This record gives sequence, structure tokens and C-alpha cells, in this order.
Amino acid sequence: MQITVCIKQVPGTSEVDIDEKTGVLKREGIDSKMNPYDLYAIETALRLKAEQGAKVNVLTMGPPQAEAVIREAYMMGADKGFLMTDKKFAGADVLATAYALSQGIRTLGDSDLLICGKMTTDGDTAQVGPEIAEYLQIPHVANVRRIHEINEKAIVVEMNMAESVEIQEVQLPCLITVEKDIYPPRLPSFKLKLKTAGRPVKNVTFKDLKDRNEMHYGLNGSPTQVLRIFPPEPNKTNEHWEGSGEALSKRLAEKLHELKFI
Amino acid sequence: MAKIIIHQDAVKDPQKAVSVCPFNAIESTEEGLSINAACKMCKICVKRYPEIFEYVKDEAPSVDKDLWRGIAVYIDHIEENIHPVSFELIGKAKKMAAKIGHPVYCLLMGDNVGNMAEELLHYGADEVFVYDKPQLHHFRIEPYAAVFEDFIRKVQPSIVLVGGTTVGRSLAPRVAARFRTGLTADCTVLDVQENTDLDQIRPAYGGNIMAHIHTPRHRPQFATVRYKIFDAPERSNTKSGTLTPCKIGDDKLHSKIRVLEIRKKEKVKSIEDADIIVVAGRAFKKEEDLSMAYELADLLGGMVATTRPLIEAGWSDPRMQIGLSGRTVKPKLIITCGVSGAIQFVAGMNNTENIISINRDPKAQIFDIAHYAVIGDIYEILPDLIARIKAGSTQQGTS
Ligand SMILES: Cc1cc2nc3c(=O)[nH]c(=O)nc-3n(C[C@H](O)[C@H](O)[C@@H](O)COP(=O)(O)OP(=O)(O)OC[C@H]3O[C@@H](n4cnc5c(N)ncnc54)[C@H](O)[C@@H]3O)c2cc1C
Ligand SMILES: Cc1cc2nc3c(=O)[nH]c(=O)nc-3n(C[C@H](O)[C@H](O)[C@H](O)COP(=O)(O)OP(=O)(O)OC[C@H]3O[C@@H](n4cnc5c(N)ncnc54)[C@H](O)[C@@H]3O)c2cc1C
Repeated sequence: MQITVCIKQVPGTSEVDIDEKTGVLKREGIDSKMNPYDLYAIETALRLKAEQGAKVNVLTMGPPQAEAVIREAYMMGADKGFLMTDKKFAGADVLATAYALSQGIRTLGDSDLLICGKMTTDGDTAQVGPEIAEYLQIPHVANVRRIHEINEKAIVVEMNMAESVEIQEVQLPCLITVEKDIYPPRLPSFKLKLKTAGRPVKNVTFKDLKDRNEMHYGLNGSPTQVLRIFPPEPNKTNEHWEGSGEALSKRLAEKLHELKFI
Repeated sequence: MAKIIIHQDAVKDPQKAVSVCPFNAIESTEEGLSINAACKMCKICVKRYPEIFEYVKDEAPSVDKDLWRGIAVYIDHIEENIHPVSFELIGKAKKMAAKIGHPVYCLLMGDNVGNMAEELLHYGADEVFVYDKPQLHHFRIEPYAAVFEDFIRKVQPSIVLVGGTTVGRSLAPRVAARFRTGLTADCTVLDVQENTDLDQIRPAYGGNIMAHIHTPRHRPQFATVRYKIFDAPERSNTKSGTLTPCKIGDDKLHSKIRVLEIRKKEKVKSIEDADIIVVAGRAFKKEEDLSMAYELADLLGGMVATTRPLIEAGWSDPRMQIGLSGRTVKPKLIITCGVSGAIQFVAGMNNTENIISINRDPKAQIFDIAHYAVIGDIYEILPDLIARIKAGSTQQGTS
């Protein structure tokens, strides 16, 4: 069994500030890390590896320094890492990202199971997984919170819905996106760090893909365009009340009455 | 094609130029600056150093936008109940459609959905397209996507709105990719231009950034919107619009998924449905003290929600968590009690109509978004407030 996990490198913190005048993001101390939701995806694959003797690939698309997330996945126990990096992939929205990843996945041979995180902490769309599945023409289940069983033919998963859980048996190959409560992710191990230090990370570039039409990748292949980014508007209406506890609660009761809540 | 070109001769301080990019996409090498795959085309570099970075505009061909007409709303439902986000989207679709003179369509798929289809006619859509098939009884991705595809091919809507529910967020990307078109997630502002281009504004980076996105060359334009972002229209007593039953071949409804079981989660009313929410934060010293929050919520006919630390402490159920990693709520009233107002919390509630915040720290962040910032101690204010409301209601009861 071969399992491929898609992982993404994201900024170390999402608490970015924008300078309102220049529209420039202030990036002091912003370093990079693995998308935290992808740790759950890796953990899921590693559990199945232990149970089923599966081989676990990790795949990321990003700049050369995204190799760091592959190294981290090695330290958790992933077997092979693939880094899709090429200028032609730059500026990709969800569609172009999913397309490039689906092309990259095809170069890895047949995977029985693909696992994505639920979402990222930067772009934050949760759309890449389902779009990859569409390009690969395989079924997908999003928001998987538990795996009941897996064999060579099918996987039984629990999909988390607002008010219910739906238990689905899905034929392989398929793609799942996993939620945070699926398994607690293990920490990278120092032993594995030493052991995998020399393990190569395979670069997958534009030239390695089957579809080499530049118009399908990066900015060219992206139907959405970000016109502008700006900080969220702060709320303007703002009354400050001070006083003794009693005075404040009296004023509060009056306000609640005035607003017709009591 | 659209790209950013670099005028190497204008580069004076490469490190400064490198540092302008929030995504680390600019690299400095011996051959000069270059842009790598991390580029998001946010054009911040172009704005900051126009002499170095030049944006070369995109001449890619566009679809013929006149061939795509109408604003379609995907009707999400749980068994026999239409999800309220669907009504909110109909409301938004009507406002936008009026601007460009387009019709509003509803797409309803499922098994035995006749009653829901009739109900939709009370909300002012022009045409309700109904796919009623036993294979659509449970949500399974392939048949649902196939029906969606069939609808889009037949009707060719310019805009497709989908609620950001579990089903919607799984289905919309699948269908958008099938049409090789754009999908903007979790929009909080939508507007339409005369040329039918959709202006979409959405939060990213956990609510720290707003992005204005459009899909200028592709149709349909897909957007998802979470529950309680827009307002639902009033239900009219009379029906309007037409019902159009649609056929689709059984061969298109095959699935590699078998639904084995649907289990209800324990019936806890969800905080998303509450009109009034009392939020307990870390100011509560002991679990027992939460009874103050519950009593206040009871008196107001609302629910108690909490910040994440209280969930982590095991004092409350994760479904009661508001915020980025919890629920997004848009009640009429929120009273936060001893909540600092971390951005991850605020992201889940800042669309609330009335925000009252009690915190003893006058500099608490929550006061930036509160309409009424009550600077005081919850242990003094809450018991007294509860007593006053009780007294008030007895008075009303006797008068
Ligand atoms: C502010 C802002 C807003 C944006 N809004 C939109 C939008 O509404 N629509 C749109 O089409 N694009 C949008 N984009 C672009 C989009 O975020 C990214 O470019 C896209 O590459 C990844 O989407 P995501 O981060 O949302 O991933 P998600 O869909 O949230 O990621 C889900 C999972 O997919 C996998 N995955 C995602 N990216 C990669 C990768 N590079 N390599 C390997 N695996 C990966 C991971 O398993 C991840 O957990 C936006 C970008 C910015 C900066
Ligand atoms: C990726 C990520 C996602 C997250 N998602 C969420 C989320 O979804 N929801 C969420 O809530 N948090 C989330 N958090 C955590 C968040 O950053 C904050 O840590 C959390 O919201 C703080 O909760 P709090 O306000 O209850 O506690 P604190 O920050 O400790 O604030 C307590 C406040 O109570 C005030 N206070 C203390 N005693 C009294 C008193 N007697 N009377 C009046 N005021 C008093 C203090 O002045 C203080 O402002 C997330 C964090 C991360 C990193």
C-alpha cells in the first residue's frame, strides 16, 4: 500500500500586521513552519503504515526552503519526500495548486490513499484536497475524524458533519482530508533526524510533469486573482464604562432593557 | 502573460527588496533578484518598489461573459430541513441580481425533496431546479458533483453561491475544479459589477488579513459563504417563481462510496443557532463559578459559549467554543465575561450585532471590538446583574 500525504509550509504565525498606509505586511519575526493541520495528516498515514506496512510519501509544492517540512516529516517517520518547486508554479491559486499537485502525484506511481490536512493557516480555504481528487478522478471524503478500517480495496471513515457523523465506505484509491481530533500527532524524533539527515528529497519540476502546458500552472493557470489585501476594519462604535460593580451592573441591566433583551 | 519582472539595474539594496515580500518569494542570488514559487502575486513588492518590480498585465483570453446568466444558490439541507445559510444566500443573490438584471436560481438535489422545493418558492427565487433521485438520499461526492455539473451545463449561471457547510465546502471545490474555474472561500462581502464580475472579500490568515478577490476571465464564478454572514429575506406568504424538475441518467449517479450509517451527535443545541450568547473566559477561577454564566444565559434565553482555554481545561464541550478553531457565531447579542479578545476568538464572533464585554483590564483587546466596554470585575458585576434581572422580571410578572 502506498500513501501520499500533501503538506504545505506556512508562515510561523498568522498574526501578521499590515501597514495601513503602504499596504505592506509587517513581517518581523515571521519564520516558516509546517501547516499545523498537516501534522494530523502525516500522523494518520504513519498509523496506517504501522498497521498495514504501507509506504508513506510526502509531497509539497513551494519554494526551495519548503524542503524543511519534508525533513520534519522524515523525522516523524515518512519514507520518501518530494518537493515541487519551479518558477512556473508561482502565483498559484487553489485550482492551479491542486492541478500541479495532482500532476506531481501522478509521477509517484499509484497511491492507494491520499491524505490532506483539513485546511491551512495562511490561505485557509480547505479547497485544495477536494480539487486534487477531482483532477485525479477519485472519490474524496472531507472532514474525516476517524478511520474505522482499511484493506486493499476500501477504507471506512467517519465524516464529521454539523449535527451528525456519516460513516462511509470508500473504494480505494481515494483522498481524505483529516480533522484535528483524528490522532494526536507524534513529535519529530531525534533518532530519525540523525537517521534521515542524508536522505534525499526528490525535486519535481515542471519538466518532470506529464502536462507541460505552462498555461495550466502558477499564475497563468489561476482563475482567481487577489486584487488587494488589507487589514480588517476595527469596530468604530465603542463606549467605555467605568465605575463600581454595582453602578456598572445597573447600567448594564438598563442597557439590556433598552435593547429589548430583557 | 501576467508576471512580475525585475529591473535588476534598479536594485540598490537587494536585502531590503527581499524583505518586502511577506511570503519569502523574492530571492537574492549572484545573478540578481528572482521570484520563486512562493509568490502569491499580492503585488506588495510592486507597490513598494515600483522602480524594481513591474507587474506586466495579463492578456489571457476571457470567456464570453454574456453566455453566462443568473445567480445560482446551492440549497443545502439536512434531511427535510433547508439549511438557513441557503436562505441567506438567496437574499444576497436577489440583491446582486437586481443590480445586473439577472435571474436568481436555486439548485436543490436530494431524495424526496418536493416539500422543500415548494418552500423555496416563498423566498423570491425566479426558478428552482429540482433533482429528485433515491441515489441522492445521502451526500456522496460523485453523484452530487454530477448533478451540479449537469445543472451548470444546462443553465450556465454566471455566479454560483454555496453555503460553507461540511457538504458545501466539500462539493463546491470539486465542481469548481471540474469547470476549471475559481472558487473563493468563506466570503464575507460579495458585490457584483456591471460586467457581472463578482467582487469577493474574504478573511485569510485566521482573520488577520482581508483579501479582495475576483475571477475576471472564467465562468461560473464560485463563492462559498459561511452561515450568518448575510441576512435571510422575509418569507413571503405567497409563492413566486417556477419549479423545474430535472432529469439525470442513472449512469451518472454511480458512486464508489457506500454510506454505512449516520449517527446523530448528542443533541446539543448549537451555539450558531443562539440569538444571545454569554461567553465565559479565563477570568472564571473555578468550574463551579460558571454557574453565573449559565444563570445569566438562562435569564436572557440564550446559551453559554466559552473561549478555548476553558475547553482545554475540560470545563466545556468543544462545540461551545467560539473562534477560529471553534464555531463562528453571529447572534444578536454577545456578553463576554473575562475574555481577553485574542484575534482567534474574535474571528468567530466579530459580526455580532451587539457586543458587551466585561473585563477588569481597561486595555483588554476585546474592548477594540466591543460596543459597550464594561471595565469591572465579573465577580462583582454578574451576581448583581443576575439579581437585577430577576427582580425586574418579578416586577413585570406582577404588573
Ligand atoms: C489572502 C489570500 C487569500 C486567498 N484566497 C483564495 C481563494 O479564496 N481562492 C483561491 O483559489 N485561492 C486563494 N488564495 C490562494 C491559495 O491560498 C493558495 O495559493 C493555494 O496554493 C493553497 O490554498 P490553501 O492555502 O487555502 O490550502 P487549503 O486548501 O486550505 O489546504 C488544504 C490541504 O491541502 C494541502 N495543500 C495545500 N497547499 C499545498 C501545497 N502547496 N503543497 C502541498 N499540499 C498542499 C495540504 O494537505 C493542506 O492541509 C488566497 C491567497 C491569499 C494570500
Ligand atoms: C491556531 C490557534 C487557534 C485558536 N483558536 C481559538 C478559538 O477558536 N477560540 C478561542 O477562544 N481561542 C482560540 N485560541 C486561543 C486564543 O489565542 C486565546 O489564548 C484565548 O482566546 C484566550 O482566552 P481567554 O480570553 O478566555 O483567556 P485570557 O486571554 O487569559 O483572558 C482572560 C481575561 O479575563 C480578564 N479577567 C481576569 N479576571 C477577571 C475578573 N475577575 N473580572 C473581569 N475580567 C477578568 C483578564 O483581564 C483577561 O483579559 C487559538 C489559538 C491559536 C494559536
